[in-house]
Amino acid sequence: MNRLDSLFQKKKNNILSIFITAGFPKLNDTASIVKQLQASGADFIELGIPFSDPLADGPVIQDSSTVALANGMTLKLLLQQLREIRKEVNIPILLMGYINPVLQYGIEKFAKDASEAGADGIIIPDLPMQQYLEEYKSTFDQYNLKNIFLVTPQTTEERIRYIDTNSNSFIYLVSSSSTTGKKTGIDGAEDYLSRIQKMNLKSATVVGFNISNRDSFQKACKYANGAIIGSAFVKAVSNSNDVAQSTKTFVDSILN
Amino acid sequence: MIEKVGHSEFSVNEKGFYGQFGGAFIPEMLYPNVKELEDNYLRILNSEKFQTEFRGLLKDYVGRPSPLYFAKRLSEKYGAQIYLKREDLNHTGAHKVNNTIGQILLAKELGKTRIIAETGAGQHGVATATVCALMNMECVVYMGAVDIVRQEPNVKRMLMLGAKVVPAESGSKTLKDATNEAIRDWINNPVDTHYIIGSVVGPHPYPDLVARLQSVISEEIKWQLQEKIGRDYPDVVVACVGGGSNAAGAFYHFLDNKKVQLVAVEAAGLGVNTDKTAATTARGTEGVIHASRTILMQTEDGQIVEPHSISAGLDYPGIGPIHAHLFKSERGTFVSATDDESVEAGFELCRLEGIIPALESAHALAYLKKAKFKKDDVVVVNLSGRGDKDLATYIKYFDQEKK
Repeated sequence: MNRLDSLFQKKKNNILSIFITAGFPKLNDTASIVKQLQASGADFIELGIPFSDPLADGPVIQDSSTVALANGMTLKLLLQQLREIRKEVNIPILLMGYINPVLQYGIEKFAKDASEAGADGIIIPDLPMQQYLEEYKSTFDQYNLKNIFLVTPQTTEERIRYIDTNSNSFIYLVSSSSTTGKKTGIDGAEDYLSRIQKMNLKSATVVGFNISNRDSFQKACKYANGAIIGSAFVKAVSNSNDVAQSTKTFVDSILN
Repeated sequence: MIEKVGHSEFSVNEKGFYGQFGGAFIPEMLYPNVKELEDNYLRILNSEKFQTEFRGLLKDYVGRPSPLYFAKRLSEKYGAQIYLKREDLNHTGAHKVNNTIGQILLAKELGKTRIIAETGAGQHGVATATVCALMNMECVVYMGAVDIVRQEPNVKRMLMLGAKVVPAESGSKTLKDATNEAIRDWINNPVDTHYIIGSVVGPHPYPDLVARLQSVISEEIKWQLQEKIGRDYPDVVVACVGGGSNAAGAFYHFLDNKKVQLVAVEAAGLGVNTDKTAATTARGTEGVIHASRTILMQTEDGQIVEPHSISAGLDYPGIGPIHAHLFKSERGTFVSATDDESVEAGFELCRLEGIIPALESAHALAYLKKAKFKKDDVVVVNLSGRGDKDLATYIKYFDQEKK
């Protein structure tokens, strides 16, 4: 069974996901970070595929991408590292990145290699739903990779229903109309999140963008099954000499 | 006047593609903005109100029609009948204003109050700042930090016109990065803001929208040639291609007339076989840039490569999807000109015809030296802009040549 399916079956509340750019801050830090995230109680992980032109990201994740690329991270190396990580880590791992590196790798080869390396799903913000359904879905399904759709405060109810129907995992609720890490907190998002909660979607929901601390995490979890922290965590490990310790300190500050 | 989508094999289809190229590879955050535009642009462009205002402003404000000038000395030198389409004589000094006039009217019709734009050479930024002043709209222009230095006069012009110029500090700090920043701004301001893209790039419907607004160039070439030579098409149309808006406009009404050779000149920089180049079709592969599936310069790992050209307006690692389609289908002839060849062609036009061309347009002129024409071939070179903004670069080159 897909690890994401198992997770959402057994846990309904306060699911914590952490995003980290692969190959950041040092090329070989990813394994230590991911192992520590599991040990500290994160429920699933989003591993960022670094890209030269990350359109949907704010400065923190952009910079982490630039550093990771300068460190020599590639999609191929990322999948090799993931294969090693999977020997010790059992929680779900999603790959998050932009469509162009995936296209160059080759869709079929990517789906096969990612699945074999132990990825459970993908989030590709610039792969629109229609394109995914028409051209990529059958390949991803064949390799049991879940594709995660995004919903924003501007998404119409009709489209949310359409996304829910076509989703085979959780839906990523973008907390505000923004790039990642643009704002602090999700105070302005509560009406929108409550509106979505009342729609009783069949898919689980996880809130992301602008979740940065225990307070915003808990607020998001009132309306959804969980929340994702990205920029704030990337910042927390960016100047660290001991990424495992920094990871532990950060996750503890959210959960305890 | 306004054709439906999918009317020819070289126009965009209902799904937003030119052949296999185009589409809208946008994050969900941009879906409502792009959808609103897609649902409304043809209706608005086709409305009598829009056409009246658009045509009126092109005539009285921009100064259209732009002349089609028979370049006698240039013709003698290259042994062909060479005409220059004088987009350099437009208000603001380039073809860019044709698009910004159209898009600001569209933005008004959509109820938008804030305009954002990206710019490379600054020509599109100036053309956007100009129409924003005209229509009393807030204007924010993103420009690569490197371009802000090399195109300083245009930065000053934008500021005079009341625009805010925001430096793009990421990546190569040029046009590609300015476009990223403009797209990020749009993600952060989805309701009140219209993004005036300056070229035939970006998500559908932008490439089609911009091509239609620029198509006034070939519309005029048709009747101007009819008047001058009694035939409404040339044998060859030559235009430079960065993203490709002036080329799209100059080719538009000849796309289906296969008697017309369409020549697109890319910027080779220091040479197509060096790593300092912007010759996309020569060096690029298929992929997605700025939400469009097209041809771009990238690494094996799918990272977008920093281009190089002496001309800031051609310093872009992709081309519009319409051009990728013209290249792939072999309807277009794609060639390139180096920095040196282009500067020389620019100087040559000064000496032969008394016209200082923009460095971008100088790339199109550089093709004349490479081409083999028959004496009675009618060749139209789209002179997309004037060279005032490039004086510093020309002078630097001129001084070096004398040493």
